Amino acid sequence: MFVIHCPYCGEREETEFHQGGEAHIERPKDPDKLTDEEWADYLFMRKNSKGLFLERWVHRHGCRRWFNVARDTHTNEILAVYEMGKEPPRAVAQKIAAKVKK
Amino acid sequence: MSGRNRLPEGGLIDRDQRLSFSFNGRRMVGCEGDTLASALMANGVRLVGRSFKYHRPRGIFAAGVEEPNALVQLESGARTLPNQQATRVALYDGLEAESINCWPGPEIDVMGVMGWFHRLIPAGFYYKTFMWPSPAWPLYEHFIRKAAGLGVAPDAPDPDHYDKMNAHCDVLVVGAGPAGLAAALAATRAGARVILADDQDRPGGWLLNERREIDGKPALEWVEKALAELMDADDTRVLTRTTAFGYYDHNFMGLIEHRGPTQVDGGDTSRQRIWRVRAKQVVLATGAIERPLIFADNDRPGVMLAGAVRAYANRFAVKAGSRVCLFTNNDDAYRTALDLKAAGVSVPAVIDLRRDPAGDLPTRAMAEGIDVIEGAAVTAVDGARGVKGIEVMTLNDTGDGVTGKARKISCSVLASSGGWNPAVHLHSHSGGKATFDEERGIFLPGDTLQACRSVGAAAGTFDLSGCLDQGLDAGKQAANAAGARKQSRRKPPTADVEDEAFARLLWVVPTTGPTGRKSKHFLDQAHDVTVNDVQLAAREGYQSIEHAKRYTTLGMAPDQGKTGNIQGMAVLGAALGVENPGQVGTTTFRPPFTPVTIGALAGRDVGALMDPVRMTPMHRWHELAGAKWEDVGQWKRPWYYPKKRETMHAAVARECLAVRGAVGILDATTLGKIDIQGPDARTLLNRVYSNAWDKLAPNHCRYGLMLGEDGMIFDDGVTTCLADDHFFMTTTSGNAARVLEWLEEWLQTEWPELQVYCTSVTEQWGNITICGPRARDLLSEFTTDIDLSPDAFPFMTMREGTVGGMPARVFRVSFTGELSFEINVPAGYAMNLWSALMNAGEKYGITPFGTETMHVLRAEKGYIIAGQETDGTTTPDDVGMGWAVSKKKDFLGRRSLSRPDNQRQDRKQLVGLLPIDPEEVLPEGGQITVDKQEITPVPMIGHVTSSYYSPTLGCGFALALVKGGRARHGEVVYVPLEDRIVAATVTSPVFYDPDGEKLHA
Repeated sequence: MFVIHCPYCGEREETEFHQGGEAHIERPKDPDKLTDEEWADYLFMRKNSKGLFLERWVHRHGCRRWFNVARDTHTNEILAVYEMGKEPPRAVAQKIAAKVKK
Repeated sequence: MSGRNRLPEGGLIDRDQRLSFSFNGRRMVGCEGDTLASALMANGVRLVGRSFKYHRPRGIFAAGVEEPNALVQLESGARTLPNQQATRVALYDGLEAESINCWPGPEIDVMGVMGWFHRLIPAGFYYKTFMWPSPAWPLYEHFIRKAAGLGVAPDAPDPDHYDKMNAHCDVLVVGAGPAGLAAALAATRAGARVILADDQDRPGGWLLNERREIDGKPALEWVEKALAELMDADDTRVLTRTTAFGYYDHNFMGLIEHRGPTQVDGGDTSRQRIWRVRAKQVVLATGAIERPLIFADNDRPGVMLAGAVRAYANRFAVKAGSRVCLFTNNDDAYRTALDLKAAGVSVPAVIDLRRDPAGDLPTRAMAEGIDVIEGAAVTAVDGARGVKGIEVMTLNDTGDGVTGKARKISCSVLASSGGWNPAVHLHSHSGGKATFDEERGIFLPGDTLQACRSVGAAAGTFDLSGCLDQGLDAGKQAANAAGARKQSRRKPPTADVEDEAFARLLWVVPTTGPTGRKSKHFLDQAHDVTVNDVQLAAREGYQSIEHAKRYTTLGMAPDQGKTGNIQGMAVLGAALGVENPGQVGTTTFRPPFTPVTIGALAGRDVGALMDPVRMTPMHRWHELAGAKWEDVGQWKRPWYYPKKRETMHAAVARECLAVRGAVGILDATTLGKIDIQGPDARTLLNRVYSNAWDKLAPNHCRYGLMLGEDGMIFDDGVTTCLADDHFFMTTTSGNAARVLEWLEEWLQTEWPELQVYCTSVTEQWGNITICGPRARDLLSEFTTDIDLSPDAFPFMTMREGTVGGMPARVFRVSFTGELSFEINVPAGYAMNLWSALMNAGEKYGITPFGTETMHVLRAEKGYIIAGQETDGTTTPDDVGMGWAVSKKKDFLGRRSLSRPDNQRQDRKQLVGLLPIDPEEVLPEGGQITVDKQEITPVPMIGHVTSSYYSPTLGCGFALALVKGGRARHGEVVYVPLEDRIVAATVTSPVFYDPDGEKLHA
């Protein structure tokens, strides 16, 4: 069971939170312009990466605020938490960039 | 003397505290400090049960958590515990235990005949044999479960209670052997907050079983001193009788503590409690588990682990038998020989697989005159009900065969040692890998993912001196890492180092014929899995240990294969032609390490505390009125109000007719209510509802459909405009929290620019709904400031005013199809208004009605319930609500509606069903077919979603989802039931007042 640092409340047990799937998936501005495949891609296709993963969490039984978490899905280490609408912190971004290069 | 095998002196037992107990009805006496196993052994009991599959006689094999055979049913009645390892049951006065898996008893077991048929029941036998015909499996299963079974669960409620504790610490040390104690001492001295947990009733770990010295004195003196220092420290907690059963993410550990005076009794306290410990650092000092040698008929009662025999002698002062032979591949077993000799037990021989055992211990044993047979193997064990003797032959160089003449040795116990396996279970739970040490043939804790360290035997350090050093070091490091850095100048404890030679690795000890021909080599005694079973699995293509394990059930018994898994992997590896078990890979250890009772996991969350109950302000009134309850989410809602001796059918019919003919009153407080405010409130509604909200004027209500992004109906409800920037949304009772979360999620993650707040007000407003032709007459007595005339207060509008002198919002909406007013008053007033309405309504025949009547009435109108008529694959068009889908705006789920699959003509559509026989009420969930045929498989075209008897229509009726249903009106379809096939006509889903005249009255 994780300990999650809610950006608004501090460290709390995982049972207070709810995971909301992959982060940074933006709802298409004009869904009508999308083909069925593109829409299905937005709707259903998610990463299932081993290692660094950016995901959304909500402090369901606390402040009810959504935020982003950078987690290593292998070790379950939480590398960063950051607010909705923000980009991942630089250290995490660098890790992603390094991964893309490989 | 408590039993004929009790040694005259020694042991950690209290000989003056005599405890009487019974096993299979036989009364015996043991001592305080005994386990059930040691007490049985002291009393000369060799046979404790029968094996799982072959019903072979079995005895006590081990002395601890690894015991595969000595499983008992402890006590009877509500507190009975099945499958208890006798080696882990602390003896108490009055204990009663029974053997499991044998009838009438372990001496004569009817199912013992199974052994004669062993060749017919190889691995996977059940999968292979009982596959055909498949419908007969339940019949087979019944008998298989009876024949191959373990203990029985209690059938009465647990009379004890259980607790949960939450704790945080700097350093959690698991295991209070020498390494664990040293670690806890070092961490405590560094100033850390420490928890030390150990599964035994006293600290010491394996030192309790040994005759060893620390600082030149008996080791247990050091243990006592260490314990005293730890108990004295302010921030250190020592938990005995506490097993760490699971190591979870972020250094979260689950411990189970036995607290009651006995295993089966909570006494004045909780029987067990679970500790949920979050530790900054963890030290795993979990010790090691001895692994037996795998030889012919290695399951005979009297075949034991060498370390266990030593433990019984040293800790419990019990000799396992009067003549004990040892069989080993390493030096450690010689300790048993020496300790037994010192205790006056005869040791006829030590059989050593190695040619030239030359370590300190074998040398000492030979010097003491013990007969050491080198380079030899035990090839046979005589005595089906207990070891009588063994046969020993010379082992060849490659270890795959034996030569020469068999030497017969008479003995009553054969104790074997194949070395010690570090207990890496918790390390594995934590996500750490195990690495194979080829030289020593053991798995060691490898890289760890969490803040933890393994020390002592758990890390493959078997010498006492090394355990102490490693423990001190790890304890200090862990404390430092957690931020505790006090310096300590205490002298570290010392112990003599005994030089131990390497073991000879031999996974399967050969016998005269092929393995499995005349005898059995057991790997997993608890589940009767033999070497041949694993080899068969390999031949049949099971190459992964995970698959072979499931196929053979190796390691899947209550003991989880603690004495056989690694040998099993080695046997599979050999059969697959790989060099060592490390290449086969380990199965992943998963929690729990030892079984955890469900009661402990539940803790106090049982009975009334299992789930919160939500009650409306009128709850007590409903109760007094004799309401039957329906659970809706956590809410208790009146289901129906039976009068004396009235059946449910009669009560619901009476309530329905009252609403349709006069006036009914419903407590609708549970309806989800969300207050939505802000300049962008209307925009939010437009985005989350499929219909348009631009033109909804203040004081007007509108029904809305909420879809998921996949286009499927998620919820529905009526939302009212209170002002341009203020709306009042209602949701399905059980869905209120989900809808609020849904709105919040979109507002926070996708539309943060919208200025709008959503607040749950479900509990702030009591909702009393009065409906029926006399509803207006009744309400008019209660209000002067609301004009109730149909023109002034039309259907789908809302009026604010006073009702019975209370501030109220009255909604003219209807879920029953009748003239209906939903009166919302602040929750604190609701009971008051309810009784006033009941009193004034008496002259109109006011009748309280429950959810059942509400369902009948709404179904007569063809109104859907989200979650009943819809199931996550249902679009608005499917339920005939294409009219509620706007073509002019985007909303959640819109794009999905144009997917080809959602445009198909043969989608399941909402229809009504009228059974041809008017008395018939179809079961909900009933499958619908076109033909009355009985050839299987019958093509299903839909299912019944709601079905009731309608007193208004005078017949049964139903709502259903049927493929292409709207084009089938008038057709006859069939619902095949268990005993008959019911014919029904497809109709429109609206059965009552299709033009809505009553609604608008």
